[in-house]
Amino acid sequence: MDWQHLATQLFGAEHGIRRDGDFLHGEVSFDGEMLTVLGTTDHAPIGVQLALAQARVVLDTVARHPGRALLLLIDTQGQQLRRRDELLGINRAMAHLGMCLDLARRRGHRVLGLVYDQALSGGFITSGLIADACDAVPEAEIRVMRLPAMARVTKLPESMLAELSKDNPVFAPGVDNYVAMGGVRRLWEGDFQAALRDALAQAPTVDRRAEDGAARGGRRHAADVIQRVLQAV
Amino acid sequence: MISFSECSARERLALLLDADSFHEWLPPALKLTSPHLAQLGVPASFDDGVAIGRATLAGRPVFVAAQEGQFMGGGVGEVHGAKLVGWLQRALRDRPDAVLLLAESGGVRLHEANAGLIAVSEVMRALLDVRAAGIPVVVLIGGTGGCFGGMGIVARCADHIIMSDIGRLAMSGPEVIEASHGVEEFDSRDRALVWRTTGGKHRWLTGDCDALVEDDVSAFREAAIAAITALDASHPVTLERLEAEHARLSARLDFQGAEAIELWAALGLPDAARIPDLDVAAVTALGAR
Repeated sequence: MDWQHLATQLFGAEHGIRRDGDFLHGEVSFDGEMLTVLGTTDHAPIGVQLALAQARVVLDTVARHPGRALLLLIDTQGQQLRRRDELLGINRAMAHLGMCLDLARRRGHRVLGLVYDQALSGGFITSGLIADACDAVPEAEIRVMRLPAMARVTKLPESMLAELSKDNPVFAPGVDNYVAMGGVRRLWEGDFQAALRDALAQAPTVDRRAEDGAARGGRRHAADVIQRVLQAV
Repeated sequence: MISFSECSARERLALLLDADSFHEWLPPALKLTSPHLAQLGVPASFDDGVAIGRATLAGRPVFVAAQEGQFMGGGVGEVHGAKLVGWLQRALRDRPDAVLLLAESGGVRLHEANAGLIAVSEVMRALLDVRAAGIPVVVLIGGTGGCFGGMGIVARCADHIIMSDIGRLAMSGPEVIEASHGVEEFDSRDRALVWRTTGGKHRWLTGDCDALVEDDVSAFREAAIAAITALDASHPVTLERLEAEHARLSARLDFQGAEAIELWAALGLPDAARIPDLDVAAVTALGAR
């Protein structure tokens, strides 16, 4: 979905969110409370620069506005696939962004992710997946790779992967699969303002995704394995 | 001298830690395999590619985990990831002196990609919980497979990284970049190019790792002992530290280009073109920038 359309639905036509290249940022008022909004658009590849631009906004919010909630608007094709970014340490820049968001959480900021368009692998790990909770719009696309690419990498027939995907959310792309596995908490349907209100009111500070995945039947082993490690003699 | 890179994950643990001190949780005898690989008809491993447990290092209690690069490239699947998360949560509870992760991984295991992606982010959050509790986390990278993808991010969340010159630390593999942007962007078969872009020497010179060692298990052991001795507690992640990190990373963007030798020259390193030929001791002597 278009970011302007989303921003207008949530915060009105005068929302105050700016776009600089693929980078979105702004301070918005919602229910009389200020929020910091940051994210990307146009399926942005996340390279060193874009990771740092987002980290800057997080650090400024922590320094200047203690406790203010952060809303991450996610639309990315994944990490920037360039030699320059690897040379400059893209993994370190991504870790930095994730650690900035983690620090914000530890200092009492709510950190909410919203996949409003597309979320892929490396671009998602240090945004929505490091948030307190990540929600999505129903038409969002979340994946590591599509089935044809997965068939090539795994050297398994695509038809077999497609068949297995019907019952096992681990294999196939799709926002519903991420909900079933606990990676996405819930989908925003209908009234987006009400959905954001709920999200701000319910920002868990502990990681419950493995339990959610088990309860929803999409990730049946992770929570059990974690418990077995804790109980092992 | 025993090559770290040529050892299996369990051989590394046996040689790195105090003799016979490794106690494994969920060992292979329990046959905890990936149900997803079984569905695909792909051979599974009884430890899902990672060994976790406790041990002692120079007499001090530590938690250790080692990824097996020979199984699915060390890729993180649902069970593999959950073992690491449980191990980190247990560290939070039992409070060892340090946590050591012998990382060798291509990142998310593509055969169970969605679960692997979520699992890597759970590992990252659990690792940061361990650090926040004051327990230092040390990552060792010296396998031929390197440390890539989400695990490359996880590694940089740790307090301390030890690498050999054979080790590589990065995000996307050169093959993936070549497939996406062409051989002129990144020639994955040019080994010299690959290693000077992502290898241990480059990461040492730019401060992306904290110790550079020979491909020798005892060198890794010495560096790990030195690390846990120096790091009596985890460096807390504070706003001030993250501001310093931000300034450091932002300054990197001043460099225009994609060639390591040019970057080293820009950092003021002498005879940058000859650095790939130097041995570990000579590169270490150049110091980190």
